[in-house]
Amino acid sequence: MSYEIIDHESDVVIVGAGGAGLRATLELSVAGLRVACVSKLFPTRSHTVAAQGGISAALANMGADDWRWHMYDTVKGSDWLGDQDAIAYMTHEAPRAVIELEHYGVPFSRTEEGKIYQRPFGGMTTEFGKGTAQRTCAAADRTGHAILHALYQQCLAHGTEFFVEYFATDLLCDESGAVVGVLAWNLDDGTLHRFRGRRVILATGGYGRIYFSCTSAHSCTGDGAGMAQRLGVPLQDMEFVQFHPTGIYGVGCLITEGARGEGGYLTNSEGKRFMPDYAPNAKDLASRDVVSRSITLEVRAGRGTGKNKDCADLHMEHLDASVIHERLPGIEETARIFAGVDITKEPIPIIPTCHYNMGGIPTNIHGEVLDDEQGALREGLMSVGEAACVSVHGANRLGSNSLLDLVVFGRAAGKRCAAVLGKPASAPNPSKASEEFALSRFDETRHASGGVSTSELRLQMQKSMQDHAAVFRTGEVLEEGVKQVTQLAQDGLKDVSVADKSLIWNSDLMETFELQNLMGQALATITSAHWRTESRGAHSREDYPDRDDENWLAHTLVWLDGKWESRFAKRPVALEPNSSAVEGLLSEPAEQIPLKARTY
Amino acid sequence: MAEFRLPPMSRPEKGKEWAAESGSNTRTLTVYRWSPPEDGATAARPRLDKFTVDLSKIGTMVLDALIHIKNTMDPSLTFRRSCREGVCGSCAMNINGTNKLACTQALSELKGEIRVLPLPHMRVVKDLVPDLQNAYKQYNEVRPWLRSEKPAGERERLQSPEEREKLDGLWECILCFSCSTSCPSYWWNDDKYLGPATLLQTARWVEDSRDDDTEARLAALDDDFKLYRCHTIMNCTRTCPKGLNPAKAIAGLKSRLAEQNRRS
Repeated sequence: MSYEIIDHESDVVIVGAGGAGLRATLELSVAGLRVACVSKLFPTRSHTVAAQGGISAALANMGADDWRWHMYDTVKGSDWLGDQDAIAYMTHEAPRAVIELEHYGVPFSRTEEGKIYQRPFGGMTTEFGKGTAQRTCAAADRTGHAILHALYQQCLAHGTEFFVEYFATDLLCDESGAVVGVLAWNLDDGTLHRFRGRRVILATGGYGRIYFSCTSAHSCTGDGAGMAQRLGVPLQDMEFVQFHPTGIYGVGCLITEGARGEGGYLTNSEGKRFMPDYAPNAKDLASRDVVSRSITLEVRAGRGTGKNKDCADLHMEHLDASVIHERLPGIEETARIFAGVDITKEPIPIIPTCHYNMGGIPTNIHGEVLDDEQGALREGLMSVGEAACVSVHGANRLGSNSLLDLVVFGRAAGKRCAAVLGKPASAPNPSKASEEFALSRFDETRHASGGVSTSELRLQMQKSMQDHAAVFRTGEVLEEGVKQVTQLAQDGLKDVSVADKSLIWNSDLMETFELQNLMGQALATITSAHWRTESRGAHSREDYPDRDDENWLAHTLVWLDGKWESRFAKRPVALEPNSSAVEGLLSEPAEQIPLKARTY
Repeated sequence: MAEFRLPPMSRPEKGKEWAAESGSNTRTLTVYRWSPPEDGATAARPRLDKFTVDLSKIGTMVLDALIHIKNTMDPSLTFRRSCREGVCGSCAMNINGTNKLACTQALSELKGEIRVLPLPHMRVVKDLVPDLQNAYKQYNEVRPWLRSEKPAGERERLQSPEEREKLDGLWECILCFSCSTSCPSYWWNDDKYLGPATLLQTARWVEDSRDDDTEARLAALDDDFKLYRCHTIMNCTRTCPKGLNPAKAIAGLKSRLAEQNRRS
């Protein structure tokens, strides 16, 4: 094993160039610190680009609004698992954050007066649940694209240094265990690079690809959290995975709830409308978790549609073609392109589809990573965006709060670095042991020559997660899933084979690194789901159907050891919004949102 | 004399014909393969490999076929991909002679044997992965960000719906560079001509009512090459997988620059 390593030194190393990574990078560039932004994708190809609906903020452009109403909605949406201080901070910051994006040049849609256009969104209300808020700021239905491009452009304006199509494989630590850099592999020429920095920010996004069907991009493989897990950092609330009821079967592209809003309905293999059996009043327009659970039950009962009897049919062919052309042209196009379906003539095969990861690397509101249940910090390590769990989304995220999360906490992390690090200074050296661990893992993976291909092992993991830890969970099924995924992690990864041994743009090797990262998060997700014996938000246990605040009003922390065995701890939820963490950050005190049953 | 053929080492040769999948409904893809030499080996010529896939096992898109080939036949087959829904711009490639996104190009819309090549006239890094450094550098060169000296204030800058509408058809570009790499002018002069993708982005800022640097943006294009190497061939507009019209945007820039020069 002999690799030449090219050295880079900066104050902060940022891994990932999506919305959160770019916002942090921009803040640091403006502060005059030396930044290296390392990304496996060209920045505008990050998955933030796929966000459609908008970004929430109580701007009150289209009717009365108040950040405290936004806070209430977010706490309730989180099923009280979100930290109320973090939520107060995020919703309080939201209007400023969105105005700032406008100043960066985001092409928001406009009202007649020329202000930013805002649309209604699920769970967003006025006066603490009484009315419907128009709070979601939109750039047509391509808001993520608009924000991501504008953030990249702002970074270019500040001369930020990007390392594009560099794949970070492992974090590097000094003798004390403080994080002081990453090892990364330049796909373009196959060289290895040591990025040293006084702090490392992981902004690597979610891990939707642990499931067979997800709306997430192929690149959503949770590489940052995978690296953190290997260092012994816990992950938080991993059992909370948001499923959207209507993703297109096989490809996972989203079909909006609006399809059912316009009169669409679901059927099983007997051609029967099954939603009235589960939700007699709301029927096909029940909330997302209810509809997702119902589809899963039909499939389990052998009434799934399609070749493998594992999906349901979404019908719109009974609707007037003019209604479809006028109100659902996007769905019409998406269904035509991706399901080969003319929705005026035939149904779309759909399946509940993994959409967003509420869990991730636990952090405080400055993006600093928490290392245990007491909240001790992991020196040198930070995380923002979907990779992190700050936690503002708790057990269930509201639509349009994710883009907000990216820019609010990306900025906060940048500010924290600037405040703590002060002027540019030299970065510490990683320990020999840490480098050797990273290098030998790189080399061993590259030369892996077992009996199972990366794609085969990945498919087994995805199927196992889909079958055992999807929308609807029970102890028995989860236990079987834990067994399967543990075996895939313990034995499967040892037996993996990388056919391509080259170093330049070896995507077989990159996908293997990604699979290693996915596997740890799949295991954390399914073991945490097994551990939490209650139902809350997106985590629905058939055997424990009720929320259990007495025992489970707590964040889950999960560690994986070297043998892929899980260890758990509970961390208290911040119920006090005006905690010391947000002292001086709120212009007026927030009111605590008291616990109550969650009904819409 | 200009050399019209590719240099000998760049001309693809017949490659490997992989064991065909059986099935009543199969398609054959001819895919460009080239790996850079490593560990002191000498460079081989690119080759065109043949893969026959059973359509019942895969999704509907060219990307689905490529992923299937990578997963089940040859894991070393290399291409960029991410969102798989036509929004990230990663998987632009030349499919049956036209630059497309593999993720939104349906197999059923293609006739005969499907020929998949990297974006034309770019340095190939490996297989279907072209080197886009020059295109990214040119994008940066036009300083594609909002430029205004006016203080922005506490609230959003106002922009009427009519002013905002002028950006439609410009801001949606996903930087896949299908257009630039389809343009013969860009093939000849990619060192001096900015190409349709970057010019579309220039137009996006020129048309933005919030931007105050129009004059400088236009003046920066005023030489024989950056803008005026566009000869209205229109390949850019024909090929754009997002249905945008770079040629029209370029025509707009030319006319605004001519007007600006006439006034001064």
